[in-house]
Amino acid sequence: MTRVVTLKIDDIDATGREDETVLEVAIEHGIQIPRLCALEGLTPVGACRLCLVEVAGSSKLLPACTTYVTEGMVVTTNSERLKKYRRMTIELLFTEGNHVCSVCVVNGRCELQNLAIRLGVDHMRIPYLYPKRIVDASHERFALDPNRCVLCTRCVRVCGEIEGAHTWDLMSRGIDSAVITDLNMPWGDSETCTACGKCVQVCPTGALFEKGMAVGEMTKRASFLATLTASREDGR
Amino acid sequence: MTRTKIATVWLDGCSGCHMSFLDIDGALLDLASRIDLVYSPLVDRKDFPDSVDITLIEGAVSSEDDLAKIRKVRAHTRTLVSFGDCAVTGNVPALRNGVGAESVLRRVYLEPDLHTAQAPNLVVPKLLNVVKPVHAVVPVDVFIPGCPPSAKTILYTLTELLEGRTPDLSDRTRFGA
Amino acid sequence: MASDAVGALPDENGKQRLIVLENAGMIDPEDIESYMAVGGYATFNDVLQSMTPPEVIDQIRNSGLRGRGGAGYPAGLKWSTVGKALGAQKYVVCNGDEGDPGAFMDRSIMEADPHRVLEGMMIAAYAVGASQGYLYVRAEYPLAIKRLKHAIKQAEKHGLLGHNISGTPFSLSLQVRLGAGAFVCGEETALLASIEGRRGQPRPRPPYPAESGLWGCPTLINNVETYANVVPILREGAEWFAGIGTERSKGTKVFALSGRIARTGLIEVPMGITLREIIYDIGGGIPDGRKFKAVQTGGPSGGCIPAAHIDTPVDYESLKQVGSMMGSGGMIVMDDSSCMVDVAKYFLEFCMTESCGKCVPCRVGTAQMHGLLEKICEGEATLDDLEMLEELCDMVTNTSLCGLGQAAPNAVVTTLHFFRDEYMAHIVDKTCPAHVCPVSRKEAVQ
Repeated sequence: MTRVVTLKIDDIDATGREDETVLEVAIEHGIQIPRLCALEGLTPVGACRLCLVEVAGSSKLLPACTTYVTEGMVVTTNSERLKKYRRMTIELLFTEGNHVCSVCVVNGRCELQNLAIRLGVDHMRIPYLYPKRIVDASHERFALDPNRCVLCTRCVRVCGEIEGAHTWDLMSRGIDSAVITDLNMPWGDSETCTACGKCVQVCPTGALFEKGMAVGEMTKRASFLATLTASREDGR
Repeated sequence: MTRTKIATVWLDGCSGCHMSFLDIDGALLDLASRIDLVYSPLVDRKDFPDSVDITLIEGAVSSEDDLAKIRKVRAHTRTLVSFGDCAVTGNVPALRNGVGAESVLRRVYLEPDLHTAQAPNLVVPKLLNVVKPVHAVVPVDVFIPGCPPSAKTILYTLTELLEGRTPDLSDRTRFGA
Repeated sequence: MASDAVGALPDENGKQRLIVLENAGMIDPEDIESYMAVGGYATFNDVLQSMTPPEVIDQIRNSGLRGRGGAGYPAGLKWSTVGKALGAQKYVVCNGDEGDPGAFMDRSIMEADPHRVLEGMMIAAYAVGASQGYLYVRAEYPLAIKRLKHAIKQAEKHGLLGHNISGTPFSLSLQVRLGAGAFVCGEETALLASIEGRRGQPRPRPPYPAESGLWGCPTLINNVETYANVVPILREGAEWFAGIGTERSKGTKVFALSGRIARTGLIEVPMGITLREIIYDIGGGIPDGRKFKAVQTGGPSGGCIPAAHIDTPVDYESLKQVGSMMGSGGMIVMDDSSCMVDVAKYFLEFCMTESCGKCVPCRVGTAQMHGLLEKICEGEATLDDLEMLEELCDMVTNTSLCGLGQAAPNAVVTTLHFFRDEYMAHIVDKTCPAHVCPVSRKEAVQ
């Protein structure tokens, strides 16, 4: 039986089920923790490190998306130290790729862009790395602009876990890591892609987009995910 | 009372930030009573003055001329403001950083079938191989992201600076705005 | 007899103590009879016939054995966690993905005495209730792989592996799995992902493998040297083992001595021996009349210990206190011809290239740190750059997902602590005191 526990998040008394994460319980109590890789309905991976929180009694910072609530837990989500680390994380992401917001299809609706404003990042103190990355527009309906990819792997997970196609995966390592379709073949040539577009809708930035969109025209609709997972759970 | 001396400088950008500045409209008149616009693409003056209180820099540092200009501006400015995405991030001018200046010149001037194909090498300043945001070259005091920043944001920033306060832009503008 | 099995360096001053390496170079690693002739598998048979699993775990706990892979987690505690974990299926895993630059301890053990590792795993499997085990060995160690596979076959033939071993209810099968050249697969959760056939990337812990490891089952994962300590502990008794070493670090440790030292090679020393004894009494000191400058322990995750701390005893806590760590046993000695900024850059570059790319601080943070170090070595850096480097050290250490990222800045942090003057020389005076970095060539031109 799953027990209900009580805990404190930022001095708010909160309750949650043992099988809920700190992130889920925080959201239920109106506390927004910054995040890029976590998305309700997908297996959390703890990769972006934006949702790191302080938990009393733990010397290490813990990702809210993969840490389960426990009885009497005391969580701090927004200390000066965490804010400092989050700002640096945003700076690292912006300098890693070529995020030119002014010419992006999701300009104004991008999760990375919004986080930068929210966390007070107004310039990058570290140099831009300007990687050479090639756009893949071989698919009939969608395109991949790896310049804007933050490697959150939401596309990889939604494709494997929800659509069941596993078209997306990762290749290389470190700073050379990249998302690929099938065995790094052009997306348009992929034999596993069902063209369902789920990857495009969950992508937090303009890395995956619908063709024919101009700057600022595209809105991502990730809400299907909650509906889909809920209806599947009902059917079980 | 001495009026605050303000300069605006246009490096590698589209002048959109200056246009947005002019969009302040009526408030420009109030502003005009409090400032002296001592140097700008909008005024007719060739040399950068000796001591300026606030300078707004539009555009990225993209040529040897930009480099010389920004160093001079920094030396004679008290508060330097990176004005808009090109100055703050490199933005569109920095798109060429993945390929380098040489290949851009070749693509634009030599590859098309022109009557006399040659890259400009006289009078025009030499391009730097890597376009840099302003703060990568000289220290910057205030950053206004945006492509362009809205007139409201610009007015707010200037007003705060004129009052001697540090503007908080976190929820007023954004990259690409 | 296969004569290329490497034993420990000669021990002229009586400073070594061979436990793990007692058979290395003395027996034929490709012949199980040769291992049995020196008492091999007798311990396993004794354990199987006369000890209950909790009794075995008690022995390991009482011996004070700590994980030899680096972090020094108490082995008995790990074993008892896996033993108590609920689950019909449990696994034992041997981490043979040794990848630290300058480290070849596990390789030597696997090549020189493969049965010793197997016997340790068998006893462990019996103790925790596992029926399946994997030895994860990097593909760059073909001889170790060949010998382990051969050893498994021989053990199967002798009825030491398989169903109902020696007529008891205990069954175990062991298999070798090859790593494909990723350092991060030495991290336990990445290693397990790799065994499962997935991309070798770490995941956040908890849950720990002891509770949820291979295919979600309780899994005991120890390093090669840890397993190699199991037989002597059970053979000679926990008290005997606990009598060697220091209060909190028991037994011996195998080190791979390399770098600017007269004798390079494998050594096995009791815990608590000082760095000075290792470097001068066993390693023969620094050659060519040069001056000892620092010793790097703990691999890329460790740190550089300067001459001022040469009397530091080698145990888990003392090494940590001087900013380094025990690690798996790499020990790289440096003399005054080394530039510490350059050394830090080397280790940071190793971590950067080996980052799996999953989490942002490790993937991008190490790349940015590397850029700053290059700038320093070029003589192009400012004090602001140094400040940013330190900020990144702090951030990458505290926010990275796994041990690789969390420890990646260590080489920079320790050299900044002990050799800050060298950084300053590069940044302020635009000179490299050891004449190693590009800045010194620029200096020569001027």
